[in-house]
Amino acid sequence: MEHIVIIGNGISGVTTARHIRKMSDKRITIVSGETDYFFSRTALMYIYMGHMKFEHTQPYEDWFWKKNNIELKKGFVTTVDHTNNQLIFESGETLSYDKLVLAVGSKPNKFGWPGQDLDGVMGMYHKQDLENLEKYAPDNQTCKRAVVVGGGLIGIELAEMLMSRKIPVTFLVRETSFWNGVLPAGESGMINRHIRNHHIDLRLETNLKEIIADENGKAKAVVLQETGEVIECGMVGLTAGVSPNISFLKDAGIELGRGIKVNEYLETNIPNIYAVGDCAEQHQAIGLRRPIEAVWYTGRMMGETLAQTICGNRTAYKPGHWFNSAKFLDIEYQTYGWVFGRPQEYEQQFHWKHEDDTKCITVSYHKDDRKFLGINTFGIRMRHEIFDRWLTEERDVDYVMQHLAEANFDPEFYTTYEKEVLQAFTNQSVTV
Amino acid sequence: MSNKIDHSMSLANPNAKGVSIKQKIALAIGFIGFFILVLALFNTSFPNQGIFLSLSLVLITVGTVLYANDAYLTKLKGIKNDGVWFTSISSRGVLGWLTGVALTSFYIVLYFYPQLLGQGVDGAPNGGLIGLFDPLSMLLSGRPASQWFVYGTLYTIAIIAFGYKFILKYRHNRYQQLRTISVMFFQLGFAFLIPEFMYVMNADIPYYDLKNMWPLNYYNFDQYRIDAFIKTETIGMAFLAFGILSIFVISPFLTYKYGKRWYCSWVCGCGGLAETAGDAFRQLSSKKMSAWKIERWLIHSVLVFSVIMTMAVIYTYLGYDPAKYWLTKNTFLISVAIFLTLVFAVVMAFKRKELGKDARYGAIGFFVVIIALVAMHFTGTTNEVFLIKAGSLRSAYGLYIGSIFSGVIGTGFYPILGNRAWCRFGCPMASILGFQQRLFSRFRITTNGGQCISCGNCSTYCEMGIDVRSYAQKGQNIVRSSCVGCGICSAVCPRGVLKLENDALEGRINPTEILLGNDVDLMDFVNKK
Repeated sequence: MEHIVIIGNGISGVTTARHIRKMSDKRITIVSGETDYFFSRTALMYIYMGHMKFEHTQPYEDWFWKKNNIELKKGFVTTVDHTNNQLIFESGETLSYDKLVLAVGSKPNKFGWPGQDLDGVMGMYHKQDLENLEKYAPDNQTCKRAVVVGGGLIGIELAEMLMSRKIPVTFLVRETSFWNGVLPAGESGMINRHIRNHHIDLRLETNLKEIIADENGKAKAVVLQETGEVIECGMVGLTAGVSPNISFLKDAGIELGRGIKVNEYLETNIPNIYAVGDCAEQHQAIGLRRPIEAVWYTGRMMGETLAQTICGNRTAYKPGHWFNSAKFLDIEYQTYGWVFGRPQEYEQQFHWKHEDDTKCITVSYHKDDRKFLGINTFGIRMRHEIFDRWLTEERDVDYVMQHLAEANFDPEFYTTYEKEVLQAFTNQSVTV
Repeated sequence: MSNKIDHSMSLANPNAKGVSIKQKIALAIGFIGFFILVLALFNTSFPNQGIFLSLSLVLITVGTVLYANDAYLTKLKGIKNDGVWFTSISSRGVLGWLTGVALTSFYIVLYFYPQLLGQGVDGAPNGGLIGLFDPLSMLLSGRPASQWFVYGTLYTIAIIAFGYKFILKYRHNRYQQLRTISVMFFQLGFAFLIPEFMYVMNADIPYYDLKNMWPLNYYNFDQYRIDAFIKTETIGMAFLAFGILSIFVISPFLTYKYGKRWYCSWVCGCGGLAETAGDAFRQLSSKKMSAWKIERWLIHSVLVFSVIMTMAVIYTYLGYDPAKYWLTKNTFLISVAIFLTLVFAVVMAFKRKELGKDARYGAIGFFVVIIALVAMHFTGTTNEVFLIKAGSLRSAYGLYIGSIFSGVIGTGFYPILGNRAWCRFGCPMASILGFQQRLFSRFRITTNGGQCISCGNCSTYCEMGIDVRSYAQKGQNIVRSSCVGCGICSAVCPRGVLKLENDALEGRINPTEILLGNDVDLMDFVNKK
């Protein structure tokens, strides 16, 4: 029986395994050095915040794997020997495969800052990072202040986590406004204010120069690039993005770029070796997507697709319309289609913000033919299905604004804003 | 929630650690109120009971209100679950267990040893805790208090005070606020005040909480009540008719339109207590597959038991002679058999596929009841069925289900099993409504395309122990008989994935393999297979 080995038990690897099992009785082994069982990485923050225990983040009960005949192997792979179809583990053990799926995920970026490997300096990606955080920042007596470096999705989550334990946070953001490489100015500005309202010490246009150690080699302060200011702290979170976790593959003969190079079938240059999820890098970016997509949803979709190929139905990874979501402290964010932080030359954006400064939307459309291109929504939930359909049907922006109420997904009895939004949109069109 | 900057709070240390000074004061106020009740329990004679009772209830309420104000109004609107699993009382810690033991003991005393609370025996005046409540009872209905009056008062206070806390906790969520106001209203009006006033108007009407329907109020068709209904003529007969309409017409209609939440999360008193005073324990319900299996056997067995018990009770007091009254023992048995067969046949005809394996269990339940009917016919006399007294069947049900299951375990075990243990494992009413909800209702929880990140907040905070995530991560709507529609899964979801909705029956259950957002051809290929 063909033996499929998957390295990585995150959403990409596990989705691949589940779908292979649905279609076949191939032998499947999932290898992980991180945890015994699959857990939701996106939920790590809620464990530290006390919303959930670790076991709650595991989507399947422990019996699930045995029942579905999916073998789990704990250990770190150090070498992939593709000439012998074999994996070699840190412990010296070996494991043979017929097909290998690399779903090894990411690791936090470090940009060569002095002191970046000190004790008390950590990313927020692996379960081990959480354990580290629990060690260095269990409460606001042990850690009187925390510094978070990098204004992206993980950075704001880490800041929220620390605030839940009442640890004061200084949040260093390189850009002029939070996540403005992705979010248009109006939205980004609103999130800046929301961050400050949570009493997070947000420092925009501020870079980390170095991290200073105490006599035990533990971080005790950071120095800022611009001002030279020294901020004393008990821990430093490095959340300036992630990159593929592929250092163990550098001599494996598998073609690497920033990630593991794959074609549209998620195949590497070595037959019978595939890559999915955060670690996969497309030779050719698909549509407006980036070659590396480190997103939960894309990891899952690649897994769904690759399982087809492995089970004999060779299928290209052709994701549908872009979507994503996040939560910035108390403000939920969803996006459907493409809305750019810095509008493309063909792109026109309409921005509406509620007076309470916690809800806003930005609708993007084509300057010339008014075709609807995408929407960002903050503090108002919207329906994935409806926007997916409108994007497929290539509706124009006027249709979308007229029918916005159909897309509302807020709980019952919530105040709705579609009329107000439409009014603002119409007024704007008149003045133009 | 507003982003207007509040400069009054320092950046250095915006919040004190743990419980704040204000919260400590609030707790102290509440405990002084509670302590008055404890003193009364030990037969302290207060100079003016009315004043001390008012003082006690006011202090408890004020303490809870002040605590809630400081806990929630000092923070921005949003989900407030920080530290739930680090707090002793809400994570089965020492305080949780102690609270469980205290509540359980209270229920045992309440149901089985009311004299320990001061209930006067054989016409003797009340003392102790119950005596303390005499002035309030006299004021409302002109009679001395009973253990049930004391319990009802404390129950109502709990729903109102903790309901206020719940409303503040979810002050960004109008669904949560409205349904909480609704349970507060139904508890205060329908369960507490109206029955007292009805007694004042006509002392012969049995206690009737109009929102409580059979089989939750399993005693509704007991002989003494039927006699009383008949005796009080128009009004009594109206109540009896309303009781029958409630279960056969009103509730199926409302459940069809809105799901069983219209009752369980908006009206019901058991649900009301669970959602307010019990809110801190919702995450303790087990989400294991094994718990779901136990749940299905247990709750349906209780339903079968309650149906058979009620039939036996009614059967014994009906007559043999159709000339005296049209509803005789045999007409009754035959009508029940016909009714159940019709329901069973209709379900099998239209929903057999949807039910799948569960159809077999439904059939088992149905045939058990039918066999019981036949057995009743052959063994029944004026007070016996199945060769035992119908009265003993009724007392057994009252003891094991009505008292021990719903009270002692259902509420006493809040801090151990979660706040809906009774609703989930025992309530026969929930079981009937759930059956309707699963098969003939417009209600479902919609999953928003492919947006689920499998984080598990929804499952963790589901008080009914539904593994919501297992549906959401498949892009599948949640259509479950046990769902009481509290809406908390939707509230705690960080990505806006879940929405409680009423819509057409068509496409309500939508299992998918590949989620929205992936290749449309692949979705078609896999999902239509």
